Amino acid sequence: MDILDLTAVELGRKIKAGEIGVAEAAEASLAQIRELEPELNCYVTVDEENVRKQAARVQKEIDDGVLCGPLAGVPMAVKDNMCLAGLPTTCSSKILENFVPAYTAEAVERLIKEGAVVLGKTNMDEFAMGSTTETSAFGETKNPWNPAHVPGGSSGGSCAAVAAGECFYALGSDTGGSIRQPSSFCGVTGIKPTYGTVSRYGLIAYGSSLDQIGPIARSVPDCAAILETIAFQDKKDSTSILREDCDFTSALVDDVSGMRIGIPTDYLGEGLDDEVRAAVLAAAKTLEEKGAVVEEFDLSLAEYAIPAYYVIASAEASSNLSRFDGVKYGYRTKEYEGLHNMYKKSRSEGFGEEVKRRIMLGSFVLSSGYYDAYYLKALRTKALIKQAFDRAFARYDVILGPTAPSTAPRLGESLGDPLKMYLGDIYTIAVNLAGLPGMSVPCGCDSRGLPIGLQLIGDCFKEKNLIRAGYAYECTRSYEMPKMARQKAEKEAEQEVQ
Amino acid sequence: MGKQYETVIGLEVHVELATKTKIFCGCSTEFGGAPNTHTCPVCTGMPGSLPVLNKQVVEYALAVGLATNCKIHQYCKFDRKNYFYPDNPQNYQISQLYLPICHDGWVEIGTAAGKKKIGIHEIHMEEDAGKLVHDEWEDCSLVDYNRSGVPLIEIVSEPDMRSADEVIAYLEKLRLIIQYLGASDCKLQEGSMRADVNLSVRETGAKEFGTRTEMKNLNSFKAIARAIEGERNRQIELLEDGRKVIQETRRWDDNKESSHAMRSKEDAQDYRYFPDPDLVPVIISDEWIARIQAQQPELRTEKLGRYQTEYQLPQYDAEILTGSKHLADIFEETVALCNRPKEVSNWLMTDGMRLLKEHGQEPEDISFAPENLAKLVELVDNNVINRTVARSVFEAVFADNVDPSRYVEEKGLKVVNDTNQLRQVIEKILQENPQSVADYKAGKQKAMGFVVGQTMRAMKGKADPAVVNELAKELLENE
Repeated sequence: MDILDLTAVELGRKIKAGEIGVAEAAEASLAQIRELEPELNCYVTVDEENVRKQAARVQKEIDDGVLCGPLAGVPMAVKDNMCLAGLPTTCSSKILENFVPAYTAEAVERLIKEGAVVLGKTNMDEFAMGSTTETSAFGETKNPWNPAHVPGGSSGGSCAAVAAGECFYALGSDTGGSIRQPSSFCGVTGIKPTYGTVSRYGLIAYGSSLDQIGPIARSVPDCAAILETIAFQDKKDSTSILREDCDFTSALVDDVSGMRIGIPTDYLGEGLDDEVRAAVLAAAKTLEEKGAVVEEFDLSLAEYAIPAYYVIASAEASSNLSRFDGVKYGYRTKEYEGLHNMYKKSRSEGFGEEVKRRIMLGSFVLSSGYYDAYYLKALRTKALIKQAFDRAFARYDVILGPTAPSTAPRLGESLGDPLKMYLGDIYTIAVNLAGLPGMSVPCGCDSRGLPIGLQLIGDCFKEKNLIRAGYAYECTRSYEMPKMARQKAEKEAEQEVQ
Repeated sequence: MGKQYETVIGLEVHVELATKTKIFCGCSTEFGGAPNTHTCPVCTGMPGSLPVLNKQVVEYALAVGLATNCKIHQYCKFDRKNYFYPDNPQNYQISQLYLPICHDGWVEIGTAAGKKKIGIHEIHMEEDAGKLVHDEWEDCSLVDYNRSGVPLIEIVSEPDMRSADEVIAYLEKLRLIIQYLGASDCKLQEGSMRADVNLSVRETGAKEFGTRTEMKNLNSFKAIARAIEGERNRQIELLEDGRKVIQETRRWDDNKESSHAMRSKEDAQDYRYFPDPDLVPVIISDEWIARIQAQQPELRTEKLGRYQTEYQLPQYDAEILTGSKHLADIFEETVALCNRPKEVSNWLMTDGMRLLKEHGQEPEDISFAPENLAKLVELVDNNVINRTVARSVFEAVFADNVDPSRYVEEKGLKVVNDTNQLRQVIEKILQENPQSVADYKAGKQKAMGFVVGQTMRAMKGKADPAVVNELAKELLENE
């Protein structure tokens, strides 16, 4: 049995039992990284030396009985928009290529305290703006299921790394689908928690009112255990909330009898790939056979989610990203005359096209004379979308649908048409606008062998419903790993035979 | 006969609040300190850092709002004001535009024509910026973020003032209210209180306001008065010449006693205000308001009345004593110890004020302990020292906060009323001055004054004058 076949929680158990050493697990991840990174480019930064130091320290603390959580010693990765003291934190942008924070994001800190071994920082769309991980200043990440395709985004590096066995789990962030959509494209499981569940302190903001950090892993139990560790009320984040129901692993029950599941008819309509529709409906059927009550309903307003999202997220981004000005840290243009020229050149050269597009869009909708027509109207739309979900959750425990309209597009196919790319977020975005928890679980592959994701949406604070439904569904299937991730294991097996 | 003009003035007053820590992080607000030592990721705008509101800022803002008769927005929010400048590390300032904490209040000022209400449009909370230091020698600019995130309130008045005198009276009124509340020390010179003057002129009797300008960089009451006079004249001159006043921001140069345009309305920035998504709305309950109201200390107006009724002080004295919160505190604490309000008032009003003037100081600079003034009053009351000695003791208390009892003991300043000792001294003086004795016998009363004076001198002022007078008379009569 190869270490890389284990889920995070399984590995944690074996480490605790002394069957596998922390260093051994870390070396297995590092070997896989060395093997596959030249092709996949999941990581922006891997610090091998530091990984070994962490592994030694964590092993000692496990041996001393200091660390006893389910994730102690398990190697993991962090999306590069979360600060980690002493390691470059770039947001995959040239403007932050030399930025090394002196502090660690609270969510990452929680995991480190529980014995996480951080392998490195994963690639992403620049400042989390994009759905393909192609807008990274450090090259695109490729999909481990087929390197001619994108991994999705913006947490594409994290999802591809989990799928490829380059880490056992990862943290991502989700503003409009950035955990769920790449999870879907890479055949892994990801949760975007209820807004306010995980501290945003140390997460470099894109759309502050929508951003949430969440887990990406191979299984629902892994995600539940990770979320349980990172969910807490942080006094350093005013938007984080006190919850007393964060025992998410208690919802890992293979029983959905009586669970009311609604499928929005709007989520099955035009623009949805036939194979994706079939896989999602088959998954719904499976849950129904296990005792859930499944029916279609009209959610409505879904069509307004995308414009409202791009107004709100871009408005916040235009302000959030104004601190990157070449004055204090980050990229500064080589030649300039005076302060304003320095600002202008540094920002023009430091930011990529998609980021600049959204900064301009955001600045426009906040401008005097346009604020009411765009920004305020978008906020009202957001409130209406929340109401539509409230009505739905009066009738259903879980809303089920596709995570994305299609499987992973080919590299280079999306960026030429940003509007089309934005439309790809149609099923995920409303969840962020309403602050709800959402989850993507693998539900098969299309005829080209690319993974399909099933999205489960819950009411605020009802992650447990998603975890229960997701786990019950997962119990009917076995985890599929992309062939590429197996290559090394197979090679070794061959060598042993010889 | 030329046209008559009326000046219309509104004020934007920034006040640095006296919190120990900054508005959105735990850094110290203390003035000074090596550059960038009172900083953290939050107040230097590092990526990923988040603001958390300091509750004390809300309480001070509420206290000032309630003391200025404002209404409270019980659901209030913070907004981001976006503009690029290096003293502003995030390139936006967290302020309040849409729902400021306090609105629609007023304060009353005294004017030559009687009492007048000045309206307060709003009071909002915001963060201060850092400080840029331009190094001409190295040809570079440096930035110090120690001040970045220090809490401010901005008090925006209605355009209700018509003269520099009214402006000064309004500022004095605000300063006293805020000092009494303990919300700020309000020092213009040190920048803990800053006023921007919005001014326009119009023909007397006109209903419409004229075009206004905003004047910045006013660091003293005198500068404000001069700037108002200068700007009024500049605008009238423009109108008289048939030209127009341009809506613009102007910077006052108090050395040149003139202003120059900084920026006009045309190139005014669009600040793209929007609610700060990193902060949650501040919900102010009725209970919270009631608690702040109940905690409000006695303000100046009430204190002024009470000093006249409770302590029987003349209005003039009461005005001087309450004109500084610090002075009023010293007065009350001293009276609480010795229960002699009139005496304490006299010391502060006469010798206290004289010494402040001699040293070019303000009442805020008084540093002696009330216990020491109380002891001094008791020493005089109990006839341990006489008044002449007491004045020199007061000077020592004022300068070095000495303990009067110990000081009197150490310097041997106690009154001498030992009749035997005094009798000997007087007898010696009479012997040395036979002419005085003769004069006295001849009916010249002045001679007695000379003898008393000589005795006091010989006793270095410490003799009890009543005893000396009595003895001198007796001995002269018996000569």
